[in-house]
Amino acid sequence: MITLVKSKLKTFVGGIHPREDGKILTQGKKESPLLSPKTVYLFMSQHIGAPASPIVKKGDVVKKGQLVGSAQGFVSANVHASVSGKVMDVVPWPHPITGVKSPAVVIENCGEDSWTEGTNVASDIDLISPEEIRLRIQSAGIVGLGGATFPTHVKLTPPKDKVIETVVMNGAECEPYLTCDYRLMLEKPHEIIQGLKLVMKCIGCKKAHIGIEANMSDVYDLFKNMVLNDPDIKIDLMEVKYPQGAEHQLIKALLNREFKPTQLPLEVGAIVINVGTAFAVYEAVKFKKPLIERMVTVTGNGVENPQNFLVRLGTPIKQLLEEAKVKANINKVIFGGPMMGIAQGNIESAVTIKGTGGILVLTDAQKWESHACIRCGRCIDSCPYGLNPSELSILCEAKEFNLALDNNVMECKECGCCSYICPAKRPIVHLIKFAKADIAKRKAKV
Amino acid sequence: MSYEKNSMSKQIQSNNNLIISVSPHIYDVENIPRIMWAVVFSLVPVGIAGVFTFGYYGFFVVFISSITAVITEMGILLLRKKPVVNTIKDGSAVVTGILLAYTLPPSAPWYVSVVGSFFAIAIVKHAFGGLGSNIWNPALAARAFLQVAYPASINSDWRVLHHGIGNLVHNITKTDPGGKLIDAITRATPLAKEAGAETYRLTQLFVGNIPGCIGETSVIALLLGGAYLMYKRYIRWYVPLYYIATVFVMVLILPPQIVTPWANNPFYHIFSGGLFLGAFFMATDMVTSPLTKMGLVIFAVGAGVLTALIRFYSGYPEGVCYSILLMNTATPLIDRFTKPRLYGTRVKKI
Repeated sequence: MITLVKSKLKTFVGGIHPREDGKILTQGKKESPLLSPKTVYLFMSQHIGAPASPIVKKGDVVKKGQLVGSAQGFVSANVHASVSGKVMDVVPWPHPITGVKSPAVVIENCGEDSWTEGTNVASDIDLISPEEIRLRIQSAGIVGLGGATFPTHVKLTPPKDKVIETVVMNGAECEPYLTCDYRLMLEKPHEIIQGLKLVMKCIGCKKAHIGIEANMSDVYDLFKNMVLNDPDIKIDLMEVKYPQGAEHQLIKALLNREFKPTQLPLEVGAIVINVGTAFAVYEAVKFKKPLIERMVTVTGNGVENPQNFLVRLGTPIKQLLEEAKVKANINKVIFGGPMMGIAQGNIESAVTIKGTGGILVLTDAQKWESHACIRCGRCIDSCPYGLNPSELSILCEAKEFNLALDNNVMECKECGCCSYICPAKRPIVHLIKFAKADIAKRKAKV
Repeated sequence: MSYEKNSMSKQIQSNNNLIISVSPHIYDVENIPRIMWAVVFSLVPVGIAGVFTFGYYGFFVVFISSITAVITEMGILLLRKKPVVNTIKDGSAVVTGILLAYTLPPSAPWYVSVVGSFFAIAIVKHAFGGLGSNIWNPALAARAFLQVAYPASINSDWRVLHHGIGNLVHNITKTDPGGKLIDAITRATPLAKEAGAETYRLTQLFVGNIPGCIGETSVIALLLGGAYLMYKRYIRWYVPLYYIATVFVMVLILPPQIVTPWANNPFYHIFSGGLFLGAFFMATDMVTSPLTKMGLVIFAVGAGVLTALIRFYSGYPEGVCYSILLMNTATPLIDRFTKPRLYGTRVKKI
């Protein structure tokens, strides 16, 4: 409403300030590596695009870092063994994001932890060619680790007619509760900056812009000192607001450019990479390490010992929860943050994938009674994409999907600001997701 | 785990007690009951000022109107087979009852407020689909209905009232104890255009020690309640501001039609009649006003223009009620032409 003192921090229009921050639970704790799991379940589909195809079979012996799923086509990503051991089977396993069964390679850990040949060796990267950087990223199976899991090598191959002027690095971590990016930035700042420079070199881009939310001023100071001699890398503090770390809002805040929700940052001459991705890029190019582990925040009031863990991909979350001392009376387990995360129905079978940045465990999740819309207009004020969530939710509830289509339902990014702020507790995102799935299904049929 | 893929049911509980629902998983603390009871709370100072000015009978009218609203709501919810207890608890019926009573003359017979309250809930609210679906503000539409149904009680026959709790029963039963205890005489609004109508000082208008409807006279009490709602962000500051400012400007520029000392005095106009009550509590009704900021500004300015026009050129002394009802009617149209701009585009799609 009335903002008497306008904040000097960079930001965007709309969005929300979630009342539960939750970052305090984990932000002060050093991350700890997780004991290697007994069994890992490696999904062939951990990214946007075509699923990889398994190239191992039951009984094969694999080493850590060995390719087990080979990318199918350009928009796809490799999958590597995160432990060394014996392939138990290739089975359909319930996928934590889609909820349907999807093929996964199951590997029993032999405990040796030996790297496969050609990986985990330091190489000289001073004179490396852009092509070689892209190749190493591609073969390491790196995807966007901010959550969208778009294959990074595809992002780094912009169409010929698009000029990339700026690489934007996302250090916002706007989801409440999650601190995995924050901890990574504190622990590995040099590696992240190196990764960013490799990305810039790969696409031949001179400028970079790093955005950090104002509640991480220690990280800001750290980065600021590191890029002092580098006038091409700018760094800015941004207002603490959700969804500050989404591509559109990040570019609006840092570069003041707008593009349509369905468009890619390419349209305004930018690409966005997450700090976690930058770190993975550095590891892949410098040490030829494939993406087999990542930082995961295990947090919420459902665990006694909330903490960040360095987790092998495919680790059953049961082990993670035990490590964090899960309580008995939990009633919600979420993959990701509270605003966009996916609620899990079965903690016995759920395993981590490349896009899992956090596991939020709650004991007091509530079921909400929803009411009719009272037209208060808060959702419209909060929508960062200029949609009318009130009208969309009513149209989707009435299954008027064609009218919803006319009202730009497909432009919704499902950030959840509208549902969060709604005093009638309308499940707006739920209804919009339902409509989008239905529209996409009908489109596929035609 | 049962996973109904095509279900629109909102939340599922899995067999190991985990709730499965679509994101987001945290919600703001605000909900409809909180907003509605905050509105009730913000109306308390206005009620106290009303009782102070017009006596306990004013409170009786407010009470009976609210009770009727709640009972009517319960009955209609039963008929519509909707959850009764939860909907009553949200307080929206109480708000309607109180607001309707505030627009009635302090001498309104009890049955007038009962009929009005019933009409507001049963016809204006529930016949159109209940909370969130009504086209007009229920309290104002009921007041307009009463103006037609009981013109004498609403417009001219303002009775002599007696202060003091002991005289409450006389006021209710309309028996005059012999003129001994008279200490308040109510007449119609200070905006009355007839020759010989009394003129009041601005300070009187501001404090509210003047004739008028129960809840409209005390500008200071209305400001207090309105400021609370603005602080809680339940109403938007620019709606009352644009509304009152528009009336102010219109009074300055419109050619005088009325032969009274205050004809073109903007302060006299904005402080008298139901303008502050309407601007803070009726025009800001979420359900019946537009969704976007642009739409709300158009709504408020339109209501201001209509109020001034009705006050200047119609037979009624007051135009707040009808101006807001007319703008309520125009709300879907305003919404249609003030859609938010899709991010990354310049031209609005209408």
